Amino acid sequence: MTWETVIGLEIHSQLKTKSKIFSGASTAFGAKANTQACAVDLGYPGVLPVLNQEAVKMALRFGLSVNATINKHSIFARKNYFYPDLPKGYQISQFEIPIVGNGVIDISLENGENKIVGITRAHLEEDAGKSIHDMYDEYTAIDLNRAGTPLLEIVSEPDMRSAKEAVAYAKKIHALVQYIDICDGNMQEGSFRCDANVSVRKHGDKLGTRAELKNINSFKFLEKAINLEVERQIDILEEGGSVVQETRLYDSIKNETRSMRSKEEANDYRYFPDPDLLPVVVSDELLLDIKKSLPELPTEKKLRFVDKLGLSAYDAEILTSQKEVADYFETIINKGADAKLSANWVMGELSAALNKNQVEINNSPIPSNELFVLISRITDNTISGKIAKDVFKLMWEGNGSVDEIIEKQGLKQMTDSSALESIIDDIISNNLSQVKQFKDGNSKLLGFFVGQVMKATQGKANPKQVNQILNEKLS
Amino acid sequence: MMHNLTIAEQIKGLKNRDFSSLELTQHYLNRIDNSNLNAFISVTSDQAINQAKMADSILAKGNAASLTGIPYAHKDIFCTKGIKTSAGSKMLDSFISPYDATLSDKLNSQNMVMLGKTNMDEFAMGSSNENSYYGPVKNPWDTKKVPGGSSGGSAAAVASRISPFATGTDTGGSIRQPASLCGITGLKPTYGRISRYGMIAYASSLDQAGPMTRTAEDSAIILNAMAGFDSKDSTSANISVPDYTQNLSKSLKGLKIGLPKEYFSEGLDKGVEKVVMNAINDYEAMGAKIIEVSLPNSIHAIPAYYIVAPCECSSNLSRFDGVRYGYRCGDPKDLNDLYLRSRSEGFGDEVKRRIMIGAYALSAGYYDAYYLKAQKVRQLISEDFKVAFKEVDVVMGPVSPTAAFDLGSVKDPVSMYLADIYTLSVNLAGLPGMSIPAGFSDNLPVGLQLIGNHWSEELLLNTAHQFQMVTDWHNASPVE
Repeated sequence: MTWETVIGLEIHSQLKTKSKIFSGASTAFGAKANTQACAVDLGYPGVLPVLNQEAVKMALRFGLSVNATINKHSIFARKNYFYPDLPKGYQISQFEIPIVGNGVIDISLENGENKIVGITRAHLEEDAGKSIHDMYDEYTAIDLNRAGTPLLEIVSEPDMRSAKEAVAYAKKIHALVQYIDICDGNMQEGSFRCDANVSVRKHGDKLGTRAELKNINSFKFLEKAINLEVERQIDILEEGGSVVQETRLYDSIKNETRSMRSKEEANDYRYFPDPDLLPVVVSDELLLDIKKSLPELPTEKKLRFVDKLGLSAYDAEILTSQKEVADYFETIINKGADAKLSANWVMGELSAALNKNQVEINNSPIPSNELFVLISRITDNTISGKIAKDVFKLMWEGNGSVDEIIEKQGLKQMTDSSALESIIDDIISNNLSQVKQFKDGNSKLLGFFVGQVMKATQGKANPKQVNQILNEKLS
Repeated sequence: MMHNLTIAEQIKGLKNRDFSSLELTQHYLNRIDNSNLNAFISVTSDQAINQAKMADSILAKGNAASLTGIPYAHKDIFCTKGIKTSAGSKMLDSFISPYDATLSDKLNSQNMVMLGKTNMDEFAMGSSNENSYYGPVKNPWDTKKVPGGSSGGSAAAVASRISPFATGTDTGGSIRQPASLCGITGLKPTYGRISRYGMIAYASSLDQAGPMTRTAEDSAIILNAMAGFDSKDSTSANISVPDYTQNLSKSLKGLKIGLPKEYFSEGLDKGVEKVVMNAINDYEAMGAKIIEVSLPNSIHAIPAYYIVAPCECSSNLSRFDGVRYGYRCGDPKDLNDLYLRSRSEGFGDEVKRRIMIGAYALSAGYYDAYYLKAQKVRQLISEDFKVAFKEVDVVMGPVSPTAAFDLGSVKDPVSMYLADIYTLSVNLAGLPGMSIPAGFSDNLPVGLQLIGNHWSEELLLNTAHQFQMVTDWHNASPVE
């Protein structure tokens, strides 16, 4: 019997509002400690929360994007616990009735198949402040700038069956929240955080006891942490033990998970409806407005790329998986470039160079309009695809624009067919034995002749033209 | 004497230059100095004198607001910028508020003069003012008696004429009961009428600020200054506010007054009942119709209240943890020790009792049986009033089952809770309620409670004012 892994994710996605969810203080990242916390965020006596309607709109954008049920009356509740970075002694969250109910999202697996993952709910809540334990020997420092920052907690069904699926789901949500412009997706700054609920079972069995993995701030770590946890649980079960329900912290330096607290030690949060806040009422009118304001979503975009641009599902998936990539690609094809060729360039040379140099596409040294020119120079036969790769490299290194480089380096394709013919005649007369073999049926040798021509022309010959002349002369 | 003037009369006096705000203020500050009731936690003399001088210069220029230059006492539960705001607790003995409550703002914007901050039961939890870290307030009618609570300092200050009016808050009777026990007029408006922003929360869904004055007319004048929507308080009502002084003189002929039979059962002191019934007779003589009504669920008000209020307070008071402001225990060993000792040492017994009741009632496995059940009962109590108000315009009855009792005489907390039996329902239903002086029992004042439908403050004030036009109880004074 093999083990089946069951994973559900809880994603905290920080909403891009200018001010906090219940106060007017700024949410900007990186300010001096405790300078962006007002009396409300500090939990002063007598202060009251007032809901930021922008946060509500962003939650609704998400809900509509995953075809979720929208609860037209949702309730804020207090989650009570004591901690120094939680100034009021409770976190305002949503418990029984979240603003976003059941939804679904489509993810693409490595084998090219699609899978539907259920979204249980998404609710609004405020973030806590930050406890900094390594700043002083004897003290913990508290920075309350983050306290009250709006979060949308997106809870999935336990639908994922491997770490890879979990990562695919997390990436999909990550792309979506950026598409719909509700989160900047910055995982280093903690704007997008994943907790994973992991359990294993024998196929067909009931769900096993789960552990919740916390403190995961990259997709790479998400995959590693889940795989570690699955291994740990299988080891325990195969030795006849049982898994304890607990929260485990992932340590990316030691690459291990360790127990944070068990269920028995878990807090009783004493949730109850927050009497300072009225129910969140969502009107049909507001929902309609938000529906209208939503951009084309990744799934819709992917379908369009396949249907209208003739791209493969695989290419379309890759190109739509990040909003910035899709935007870059669309700028090129909107200027009239060939879709398939553009797709190959964006996914090939460009993405390889970006990866190698660890550059985000938005900061690419080759902007989309320059890549468009480069692709156009291939289709208008100014340069060959091979030469284009050299031009790309020179552009990446900052040697000027496409046309400047072609001009300066004299890379323009040979279009004079009589000059090409005389070069080909020379090559034929210098390689008579190969000509004989070719005529005897070794058709593979055509490549040899093409190579010789390209060598003689420093790659500037038009490959199509070369093939045509060679075929004529050798037949 | 200036201190025997009502606010309406003081406004005229200031306008006619019979006296200045500075003279008026100085007069009250002297009276406070000579008072031994312990009504104030802080007296802000210097600031009061500056505010009075400012008010005089504005009055002289002729562009004063209606209440410019009128002194008042502020319950120490309202945040006042730069001034200690203690809520009657050791926990906040060192707390200087960095901001003004909306209500403080509103009174400041009229250039009123704040004399000081009044004594109160700790965090507004109590019915006798004996739960104050600053010691009990004494009843001006008999200094061996309690003034009622939690706004005991405010009630005693107004009754003893050391302040023309005072602010109060009422979560379960904390304006009406001390008003009754001290013989003044106290109004708890509809929930949402006055902003709660900056009013230190006890039980958020029940807390409501209101005026404590000598007369109904003064109440109307002050309510005009207090009421209104506040964008900083999501539970404040965004509906228009009438001029409460406009309809005070309307005749009560045909007014339908409901007497809940449950409010006149055993447990009600005979002397109190007599005073209340005499007042009802006065109303009948003024042309009102008296109708018996029933509030069958009112017997559940005490248990429902003592679940809902503690639940909310257990959470509202979590912020007092010794970390950012307020009391912190000496030399904490670790985080847990810091929490445990700061809160154990900083809170008084009654506050701790209610936090524990609330934390228990909200905990996993008990939530449905206590909190949810109490909310359902609350709904039933609201329904009772809805039914009653289909038949009658105003509901009347006693405020408190007894007149003021002896300081230190009620030792059992549950017996103390019973003192709120007639006032709690009004908070649970979010209705407006008033206490007006209606007579005396054993030389101690007794109040009559007026309960109205939501947003019927205008009618309540009219009903109260008409009573004060034909009776003199509100003019009775324990002092010269």
